[in-house]
Amino acid sequence: MTDVSDVLGTHPFFFGLSAEQLDAVAGCAAPATFDAGVPLFHAGEEADGCYLIVDGDVALELVAAGRGPHVIQTIHAGDMLGWSWLFPPHTWKFDAQALTYVRAVRFDGAGLRAASDEDTDLGYTLLRRFTQVIIDRMQAARLQLMDIYGDPR
Amino acid sequence: MPGGQVPDQTMVLDRQGLDALLGALADARYEVIGPTVVDGAIAYRPVQTVADLPAGWRDEQSPGGCRLVARSDNALFGHVNGAQGWKPFLHPPEVTVWSGRRTGDGVETVAPAPVKRRAFVGVRPCDLAAIAIQDRVLLDGPVADDVYAARRSIFVVAVNCTEPGATCFCASLGTGPSAASGFDVVLTELVDEPHRFVAEAGSARGMDLLAASGAAPADDVDRAAAGRMMTVAAGRMGRTLATGGVRELLYANARNPRWEQVARRCLTCTICTMVCPTCFCTSMRDGGSFDGKTATRTRIWDSCFGIEFSYLHGGSVRSSSAARYRQWLTHKLASWQDQFGIIGCVGCGRCITWCPVGIDITEEVHAIADSDVRSGTAGQQKEATR
Amino acid sequence: MATLVDPVAGAVMAPAWTRVRTVTKELGDTFTVALEAPGGSFPFRPGQFTMLSRFGIGEIPISISGDPADPSSLVQTIRSVGAASLALTDVAPGSLVGVRGPFGVPWPLEAAAGRDVVVVAGGIGLAPLRPAIHSVLANRDRYRRVCVLYGARTPADLLFAGDLHTWRGRFDVDVMITVDNADHSWKGSVGVVTDVIRRAAFDPASTTALVCGPGVMMRFAAGALLADGVAPHDVFVSLERNMQCGVGLCGHCQLGPLLVCRDGPVVRWSEIAPFFSIREV
Repeated sequence: MTDVSDVLGTHPFFFGLSAEQLDAVAGCAAPATFDAGVPLFHAGEEADGCYLIVDGDVALELVAAGRGPHVIQTIHAGDMLGWSWLFPPHTWKFDAQALTYVRAVRFDGAGLRAASDEDTDLGYTLLRRFTQVIIDRMQAARLQLMDIYGDPR
Repeated sequence: MPGGQVPDQTMVLDRQGLDALLGALADARYEVIGPTVVDGAIAYRPVQTVADLPAGWRDEQSPGGCRLVARSDNALFGHVNGAQGWKPFLHPPEVTVWSGRRTGDGVETVAPAPVKRRAFVGVRPCDLAAIAIQDRVLLDGPVADDVYAARRSIFVVAVNCTEPGATCFCASLGTGPSAASGFDVVLTELVDEPHRFVAEAGSARGMDLLAASGAAPADDVDRAAAGRMMTVAAGRMGRTLATGGVRELLYANARNPRWEQVARRCLTCTICTMVCPTCFCTSMRDGGSFDGKTATRTRIWDSCFGIEFSYLHGGSVRSSSAARYRQWLTHKLASWQDQFGIIGCVGCGRCITWCPVGIDITEEVHAIADSDVRSGTAGQQKEATR
Repeated sequence: MATLVDPVAGAVMAPAWTRVRTVTKELGDTFTVALEAPGGSFPFRPGQFTMLSRFGIGEIPISISGDPADPSSLVQTIRSVGAASLALTDVAPGSLVGVRGPFGVPWPLEAAAGRDVVVVAGGIGLAPLRPAIHSVLANRDRYRRVCVLYGARTPADLLFAGDLHTWRGRFDVDVMITVDNADHSWKGSVGVVTDVIRRAAFDPASTTALVCGPGVMMRFAAGALLADGVAPHDVFVSLERNMQCGVGLCGHCQLGPLLVCRDGPVVRWSEIAPFFSIREV
């Protein structure tokens, strides 16, 4: 895997950050890979971090008793995954499993929070961009909730 | 189509002449339809002689009301207009549009029943305009309505409207009170003795009919009298409707609170669409014989006020009465123009008269114009005075 | 395009009668019926529909879902939701079916020449788009990039799965499929079709988008295409309304200024967008 800084420097999520800011973010980041079928995390586990999926697909799943794991969304290459690091309690709400071979960058939540406190411009930028991700996911969730292809009766 | 280049010769007919006119049409094998009193109202039915016409009757029309009142004279066309226009004859309320019979290996079409040849006597200019509008809708589209086309060859004796009614606003739509075209003969009734009718032909066969009825050339006095009456009539409209910009007004005001207001009164009874001479919406019903050997497709009048009209698997697109009233008004005055290139209303006033709760299309348009959302006065709209 | 009328009566509402060749169950209540082409040949343009009926039962508008390159068969996909549609799906080879049409404004395939073509289908909306996809792929060199983006409720609701596999097997078309909901056994994408639009690769400045599905889906799909930079007049949707005559005479299919059977069902998003967001229009 190429240098984490190179990945961040070319990813739209981090466009416009200054060199110092990119360094601060990269300092909280480390590469991660997962073979197909390997879980990234489980619901209830400590979630002090997030992922940038560089390559591959990840299934977000909810497990309900008697119903088996249910895929609620697929995260694709280029997507950010995880915002539980923003506010306590920092625990994952869902399971995530690699559908294919996945290359990712894992960010450390405590590190991101510290960097944001230190450089509030960076913090504001990250917060805006994560908020956009949350908005997009919520819009999608609302559409899924509407069951638009379902039987109208 | 009647109308066209005919010699500009104004004639005059007396009462007997009019009787002769009716007789001549019957002799020519037309079923003559004309105004007559039915159940305390004016309706268009088969007539034989002038005795069948509503002599001395006037229909006093008002929002939600119509009452026959005796006139002080014997005018034969002293009424405003019939409860319905001529639509039931050209665009029938219920008609078989196709019928088929199973044969050995397929289906053969059953020939349709022949259609009567009809003459309409007593057609008001608003109704002439309505027929022209229905011609545009039903004949000029990508596919022509064969049922309408089969009934369209009518002989038309129009009668100018010398006394518009309280709910009339034809002048606002440019459709009256004088007839301009679309007739074989047009009459203007002069009631003062001797009771006579100034007559003009709109076609060669109209000329022939007048000749066969014993019409004589009109003198200047009668011609001037007829002209004066029509000038006066044009200024005596019961109502007005501002048509300039009405299309943009209605499209822009789809969310105007006025729709909810009128919906509180509207019963969605569909009567307005039944009496409107231009409303054309229909539904198809397929049925079959008990032995399954014959199928018939029947077409019936339908109305956008019906809750099932816009049904689409799972529900109707327009289920609230506000949406349905808005659909009707917006279609009639705005989207009709996009669909057919002309406005859909002729100002006959029937929807106002026959609405059980007296909703007035002209009042609704004025109210929306007064509270036009584009001018920012929407919040200042007054409650309706009713 | 000639309207089918019975030459005996000349009646607008007279069906041409033909027989069922095959019936295929696609999904729970969705069937594809292949008819012998009335008159031996039934040319149509992708996006058009017919009025179908069974003798004495009732007539409904149905999208043509077959390959326009083969006019000897009339293929239509029907969802069984009422008496008339149930009668049309409860058929066997040899059953008699009445056809009027084809009607309506088709997908703008000529205007899409030389551009990227992005097909966005939702649920049964893939049916009226399948003829367009057939036509585009049969004339592949007329277009630049071709994307087929399809969203359905669950993996079990994917319509024309066989065709999807075939198209996906080609090297000159991007097929991206997503479902709203799935269990663990689905290894494909779960998410809404609007997210797929975002991930698809096309040049928004030179794209013709063909969109068909439930009204809500079309609205959000158009929104996603516009957000990506596609011009509203380059996005085409297929409208659905109650239709009783199919030829602009009965008034049922109105949507604002349009008579959908005559001015649609395919219309530009720029033309219809203002009316889509008003309730109960």
